[in-house]
Amino acid sequence: MSTFKKTTLALALAGATLATTAQASEVEVLHWWTSGGEARAANVLKELMEAEGYGWQDFAVAGGGGETAMTVLKSRAMSGNPPSAAQIKGPEIQEWGELGLLGELSEVADAEGWDELLPEVVADVMRYDGEYVAVPVNVHRVNWLWANPEVLEAAGVEMPTTLDELFEAGEAIREAGFVPLAHGGQSWQDATVFESVLLGGQGSEFYQQALVDLDPEALGGEQMIAALEDFKRTRELMDEGMSGRDWNIATAMVIEGVAGFQLMGDWAKGEFTAAGLTAGEDYLCAAAPGTEDAFTFNIDSLAMFRVTDDEEREAQQALARLVLEPTFQEAFNLAKGSIPARPDLDMSEFDSCAQQSLADFQRTAEEGGLVPSMAHGMAVRADIQGAIFDVVTNYFNDADMPAEEAAERMVSTAQAASF
Amino acid sequence: MKNSSAIRLAPGAKRSTPSGGLQAWLPRLVLAPSVAISLFFVYGFMLWTFVLSLTSSRMLPSYDFVGFGQYARLMANERWWVASTNLMIFGVLFVAVCLVIGALLAILLDQKIRQEGALRTIYLYPMALSFIVTGVVWKWLLNPQLGIQAMVQGWGFESFRFDWIVDPDMAIYTLVIAAVWQASGFVMALFLAGLRGIDDSIIKAAQLDGASLPRIYLRVVMPCLRPVVFSAVMILAHIAIKSFDLVVALTGGGPGYATDLPATFMYAHAFTRAQIGLGSASAMLMLGGVLAILIPYLYSELRSRKHG
Repeated sequence: MSTFKKTTLALALAGATLATTAQASEVEVLHWWTSGGEARAANVLKELMEAEGYGWQDFAVAGGGGETAMTVLKSRAMSGNPPSAAQIKGPEIQEWGELGLLGELSEVADAEGWDELLPEVVADVMRYDGEYVAVPVNVHRVNWLWANPEVLEAAGVEMPTTLDELFEAGEAIREAGFVPLAHGGQSWQDATVFESVLLGGQGSEFYQQALVDLDPEALGGEQMIAALEDFKRTRELMDEGMSGRDWNIATAMVIEGVAGFQLMGDWAKGEFTAAGLTAGEDYLCAAAPGTEDAFTFNIDSLAMFRVTDDEEREAQQALARLVLEPTFQEAFNLAKGSIPARPDLDMSEFDSCAQQSLADFQRTAEEGGLVPSMAHGMAVRADIQGAIFDVVTNYFNDADMPAEEAAERMVSTAQAASF
Repeated sequence: MKNSSAIRLAPGAKRSTPSGGLQAWLPRLVLAPSVAISLFFVYGFMLWTFVLSLTSSRMLPSYDFVGFGQYARLMANERWWVASTNLMIFGVLFVAVCLVIGALLAILLDQKIRQEGALRTIYLYPMALSFIVTGVVWKWLLNPQLGIQAMVQGWGFESFRFDWIVDPDMAIYTLVIAAVWQASGFVMALFLAGLRGIDDSIIKAAQLDGASLPRIYLRVVMPCLRPVVFSAVMILAHIAIKSFDLVVALTGGGPGYATDLPATFMYAHAFTRAQIGLGSASAMLMLGGVLAILIPYLYSELRSRKHG
C-alpha cells in the first residue's frame, strides 16, 4: 500500500514539475557543440539566458559533424514539433525558409541595428526573403596554412606566400626527411584543400564565379583546369598513409613535428591550444598561400523556428539578441577558436592568429575577397556540394584522370545535381 | 511461420470445447501485435520509400511526383555505378572465398584431430565481433605506414609494398579481406555441422571401393552438403548487400569514393546530401537486389516442402 502512495506522490510531483517547466518561457536549442570546449562555449549562452529569467532546454545531438543532429531536426520538424532554435548554416537556412518553417527576427534586428553591425555578405546568409531568420554565432576562416616552425627551420624554408613557394618549400621539407603537407583523405578535407588552392591560384573573383555562382563557363574553363592541376600537385606533398585519416590526426602530425604544413580551417587551432602550444611561437599560422587578400568563411548560426506562443517568441527574440552581444561573442569564440561575427569587438583577449583573422575579415568585407566556403556548406546547396565533392575527391585519388575531364564532370554534375 | 502454426493448430481446432477454442485462437492473438507492427514498420515503410522514390523530395519528404525521374538520375550517376560494380566484385569474391576457406577449414577440422573444440572456437571467434571492430583493426593492419607493409619493411624487405587501402583500384579488395576474415569461421561451422550429419557408412563404403580421401570429399561428401552450401550462400549474400558498417570503419568509402557500396551511397544521399528522392530510388534498387536472391530461395524452399 505504501508503495502505491509513494508512486502516486511521485507522479503528482512529476506532473507539477512538468506543468511549471511548460509555463516558464523557455527556448529549446538544438546544436552539436558537444566536444569539451564547444560544450563550455554553449553553456555560456545558457547562463546568459537564465540570468535574464528565461529557461534553456539543451538539445545537444553529438556526432557526424551535425549529420545526426540534422536527421533529428528533420524528424522533429516533420512531426510538427520543431525546437525554438537550431544550429543551421549557410544555404540550408534558405531551404528551411522555403518550407515556411522559420520565424522572422526583424524586431530584434532593427532594435540592435544588425544591418550596420554585420558585414553584408554575412547578413545575406542570415536573411530569408529579406527578413532575418537566423543569427550568426561565430566566423571560422577556412583558408589557413598551419606550420611547425621547427620543421621549417630544419628544412631551411620560410612560410610560403604563393603556391609556387609552397611547392618549393615542400620539396625542401621532403628532402629534410619530413612529410611536407599533413592531410587526411576524406572528401571534405580534399575539398578544403581544393578550394584553398583554387583561391590561391585563381583569385577570389574566379572562386565566386565557379564555386558560388556555378557559372558553367568558369567551372569548365582554363582557370579551373589550372586550379585542378595545382590541386593534384599538392598530392605529391602528402604521405601515403593519409587515406581516411581524420583532420585532427593530421594536425597532430604538425604538432609532433612529423609534418611541416597543414591546410585546414581555424578549428585546427583548438588542437594546437589543447597541446599547450602558443600561436606565433610553437606553431605558425598564415593565410593559405596566395590567399592573403581573401577570406573563405564558415559561419555557424542559430536559425529560429516559427512559434505561435507569445512567451516562447519573446524568449526566442531574447536568445537572438544575446547571441550577438559582446559577452557571448567573446566567451564563445575564445573557447571555440573562431572569431566573433561582429567585427567591432575588442580583440585583446584573442591570440595573434585570431587577431589576424579578424583584421582580414574586416578588410576583405570592405575591399572584396570575402567568399563563402564551398567545402563547408556555405556556398551551395548540399546536393550540389556533394556532387562537387564527388568530382574533386575522385579526381584527386585517380592518378589517370586528366584535369580537363574533371572540369567537364564538374560542369555536368553541377547541372544534373539540382532536380 | 504462418504455415507451421496452422499445421500445429489443426488438431486442436477439431475439438470444439471452449478451452480448445481459446487454445486455437491464443497463438494468433499473441502473434497479432508483432504481425501488425512488422506489417506497418517493414512493409508499410517499404511502400513509403517506394512512393518517395517517385517524388522530387529533397531535404524533407514532399509529394511532388516526377514519375521515374529519380531512377533515371540514378542511372546517369557515375557514383552509383561505381557502388554497384563494387557490390558485384565484393559480393562474388566474398561469398566464393568464404565458401572455399570455410569448407577447407571444416574438412581439416573433421579429421578427428586433438583440441578440435579449442580450434573451432578460435576460427569462429571473429564472427562474435562487430564489423566496426573488424574494420578498425584491418584499417590499422592495412595502413602502409603502421601495419603489415611497415612491419615487413622493418624486417629489411625495403621493396615490399602492400598499399591496397590507399590505391583506388585495389581498395575494394581490402573490404573482401576483412569480411572474409570475419565470416569464413562461421561458414566453417555450418560445413562442420553438415559434415557431422553425413552417415559414416557412406564414407566407409567409398573407402572400401578404393576411393582416395580427396576423391571421397569431392564426389561423395560435397554433394551431400548441397543444402549447407545453399544456406551459406543465402546468408553471405545478404550480408554482402547490407554491408555498410565495414565500409564506414575500414575505408570510409575512400579513397575518393572508390569503395562506395549501394548502402553507403543511399545513406549519403538520403541523409547528408538532402536528396531523399534519389536515396529512396537507390534503396528500392537494393531491395530489388535482395528480392532477386530471396525469391528463388523461397520458391525452392516451398517447392521442396510440397514435394517432401
